[in-house]
Amino acid sequence: MTELLKSYEKITGKDVIDQLRQLSNHLKGMKVVHVNSTRIGGGVAEILTKLIPLQRELGIDSSWEVITGKQDFYQCTKRFHNALQGARVDMPESLLKEYEETNSKTAEKLRPVLEDADMVFIHDPQPAPLMNLCKDRKGKWIWRCHIDISHPYRQVWRYLKSFIEGYDASIFSTAGFARKLPHPQYIIPPSIDPLSEKNMEIPEDEIKKVYERFGIDPKRPTLLQVSRYDRFKDPVGVISAYKLAKTKTPSLQLVLAGGGASDDPEGEITYNEVVEAAANDRDIHVLLLPPDAHRTINALQRAADIVLQKSTKEGFGLVVTEAMWKGKPVIGGNTGGIRLQVINHHTGFLVSTPEGAALRIRYLLHHPEKIIDMGKKAREFVRDNFLITRTLREHLTLMVALIHENEDRIEFG
Amino acid sequence: MSHNNTNKPFSIKDCALVAIATGNKAQNLRELHTSIQTIDPGSIYYHFWGGLLRPRFDDPEYNNDFAAWARHGLHDFVLAERLSVIDPTDFKDTESLRQELLEIIEDRLDELHLIPWSKIDQQFYFIRSQIVVFDISHELKDPRELSIILPNLSVGSVFYHFIDARRRTPNNLNDFCAWLSGFGDKYKILCKELCAVDPYFITLTELRQQLALIFSRYFKGNKR
Repeated sequence: MTELLKSYEKITGKDVIDQLRQLSNHLKGMKVVHVNSTRIGGGVAEILTKLIPLQRELGIDSSWEVITGKQDFYQCTKRFHNALQGARVDMPESLLKEYEETNSKTAEKLRPVLEDADMVFIHDPQPAPLMNLCKDRKGKWIWRCHIDISHPYRQVWRYLKSFIEGYDASIFSTAGFARKLPHPQYIIPPSIDPLSEKNMEIPEDEIKKVYERFGIDPKRPTLLQVSRYDRFKDPVGVISAYKLAKTKTPSLQLVLAGGGASDDPEGEITYNEVVEAAANDRDIHVLLLPPDAHRTINALQRAADIVLQKSTKEGFGLVVTEAMWKGKPVIGGNTGGIRLQVINHHTGFLVSTPEGAALRIRYLLHHPEKIIDMGKKAREFVRDNFLITRTLREHLTLMVALIHENEDRIEFG
Repeated sequence: MSHNNTNKPFSIKDCALVAIATGNKAQNLRELHTSIQTIDPGSIYYHFWGGLLRPRFDDPEYNNDFAAWARHGLHDFVLAERLSVIDPTDFKDTESLRQELLEIIEDRLDELHLIPWSKIDQQFYFIRSQIVVFDISHELKDPRELSIILPNLSVGSVFYHFIDARRRTPNNLNDFCAWLSGFGDKYKILCKELCAVDPYFITLTELRQQLALIFSRYFKGNKR
């Protein structure tokens, strides 16, 4: 076995890796191409960075292509992204023209590779039109949607749907995110990579240094929420919960760690609201971190006693998975994918208000043994269900299933 | 299970499931009832058994998705309790299981003045699955070998041979019993013990432990 698979075997156990190898026996030599819009940054690139080497180690000829364009292309796809999540956005003809032209140019370049592939995975809306532009395609085409499109802005969805309907299958993160389409819609929840900078084990010393850098006291109890400064993540609600809990535990500290969101005017407003709510309390640490601060976030998650994700609206919430993998109980908003991960009273608590969050914070601080118990359960729950090896297994299963024309039961041997 | 009979060795297999959205959903109890009437039997099977092979907490409050939704989506505790005691192993096929589900829901609809609704983001989504079964190139000739390999068998193999088998074998037997019965009465007691295992209220890991224990106890006590 190769080094990469061996390193995962240490975490997941031998049976998990053996199963991947058995499944991939039926896919050996198959040409698989993934297409997305960036190699660096963002969840999709993070997944592909590991998924492709793993598929290659299993004997699948997997490769990764990227669609790139001018500023108007990204303007257009950013608007798609917002519209698919329900925002009513203007979609000028000029942007749509740029979107289609960029896809045409990309198709010119990638056509030989894409038409020759046995399986093509197109990630999100950016490269969606490529399929119709590859007339002599021989393989199966799958549209992988990483976005919650359960309530899209209809005008934009109608436009995009025309590119997607012809695919052989699509993949959504949860059943609730899917739309009706005339092909099978697979459900594959996202996952984390336990060996990435964000999730790997790091030395105690490094964790201490991060706390020193931000002036956080390692001897006092600490709450943490890692998220963009976005109203739906309710950082102001987190501060309210902290303030309520602090009346009973005066030594309590709160760390809010998030990105700059410079391209998001609403983000700036929310950030200012957070700074205002945190004013005059030296125990609230509002951190603006660069997008590549993975090890810093890793350290903050490992050092925290309790992690919060008090969102009022959430897609899947991989940040919850990350905290659980580090053995932390999570107090999460009762919404979206958080519900799939935070099992009330087992891996954390689901809450709907700052008051509810404060109650659970107080409960956990008074029952430190529960913090340990829940944290252990949380880590095992992630190990069984939300690691990249599970995503890989489901991708392999889906590929085998698609080759066999969507039979309910495919039996080898 | 034609391939694992007396004359043939027991061929160990593994399986993996992948979930597919059917596009059907329900936001209230009436809609759930209507959909269950016509939904693909594979979806009913998935909502009772699929939880064993998909992201689910090891110690779930309810063992089938319908009961869990009645509790957490509709907040109907009475219905949740009634649905939660349905044990799919008591039913000879998915159609009779479907009938049981429908009757329990109909009774509840008759009792209620108002139809319970869920929030928009807590609807019930009907899912079905595809199963890929693969041979792991491991054949057993002697039942004693099962006691050695069982503790390390993948959970996919446990699911395939103990749970999925009930859909495939003529008498709804698990594969182990189906194979052992091919040896005549020799393993009658072992088969009886295996058939007594209730797989519905335990995880696959626990099921694997129980099966391993039964085999190991049996062969330690019967040194033959």
